[in-house]
Amino acid sequence: MSNSSSGNVGIVIVSHSAKIAEGAADMVRQMVGNAVPLAWTGGDPEGGLGTNVAGILEAIEVAWSPAGVAILVDLGGAETNSEMAVEMLTEDRRARVVVCNAPVVEGAVIAATESSGGSSLTAVQRSAEEFYA
Amino acid sequence: MMLDRAAREKLVRGLANVVIEHADELTSLDQAIGDGDHGLNMKRGFEAVLATLPGLADKALPEMLKAIGMTLVMKVGGASGPLVGTFFMELGKALPEQPARADLVAATDKAINAVKARGRSEAGQKTLLDVLVPVQAVLADGGDARAIAAEAAQAADRTTPMLAIRGRASFLGERSIGHMDPGSRSASLLIGAAVATLEFEAGL
Repeated sequence: MSNSSSGNVGIVIVSHSAKIAEGAADMVRQMVGNAVPLAWTGGDPEGGLGTNVAGILEAIEVAWSPAGVAILVDLGGAETNSEMAVEMLTEDRRARVVVCNAPVVEGAVIAATESSGGSSLTAVQRSAEEFYA
Repeated sequence: MMLDRAAREKLVRGLANVVIEHADELTSLDQAIGDGDHGLNMKRGFEAVLATLPGLADKALPEMLKAIGMTLVMKVGGASGPLVGTFFMELGKALPEQPARADLVAATDKAINAVKARGRSEAGQKTLLDVLVPVQAVLADGGDARAIAAEAAQAADRTTPMLAIRGRASFLGERSIGHMDPGSRSASLLIGAAVATLEFEAGL
């Protein structure tokens, strides 16, 4: 997990594999440095392959920005657990978190690059989702 | 339906034990058409539920069901956590403390709709909905405990020839045909265990 102080949209990376999540975060940092709040999570509650709601909630907290947070996920369970986590946020935060329909590595790098220029949450989500559209 | 504290504890133990006892079977079903973690994930979730006893059974039925759902959401670690957890949480929100059968019919209908929304899925896609939906229909039609349990087992069997449309198994396309859906199997096990307790303790 990592973070930086900035008003830019935060990025959360959720993969079934902690190694993929961490590696994707490294690629994001290489592109945008500390200009974007960033956190990653991967693995089930015991550290095996999978995703978990508590880890996702923690990552959202670490990457929190008043501009909102864009979550990039890999496979189905990562999406379902991320949506569950978003629903468990307080109402004011819930409206400012989106789960992007985009590939996790490419989406994270593109979303972070868009965010680093000061774009809105909507623009960050769109940039990630348009990549393969 | 009267569920006192002892009956509530029995219900929780029945649900947890059936999942834990069948964990290996659920895992092999999931190895055939998924990522092979369903047995372990569900076992982890229900062991965490057991760990909240005896305090869990001190709660009134609605609070107890919500607590079970939240534990599953937090501990299962796969998509089945939010799916099965949502079912329990919504049941807890919809049921009164001492439900009549009509309350159970209405609450299960609401809970199934919440699972559909959570998974963006419908019956017919080789998921736990292929057990929940037909079993709820038997419950709504006035079927007795035996009819409900039988429908749960048969509905899980009926997922074997189905083509998976949602979840990891859908990646296999037609190769998903010929294997029972693991989520349907765990749902049928849970329903069987619940019905056995409710019939004996509460006269379902």
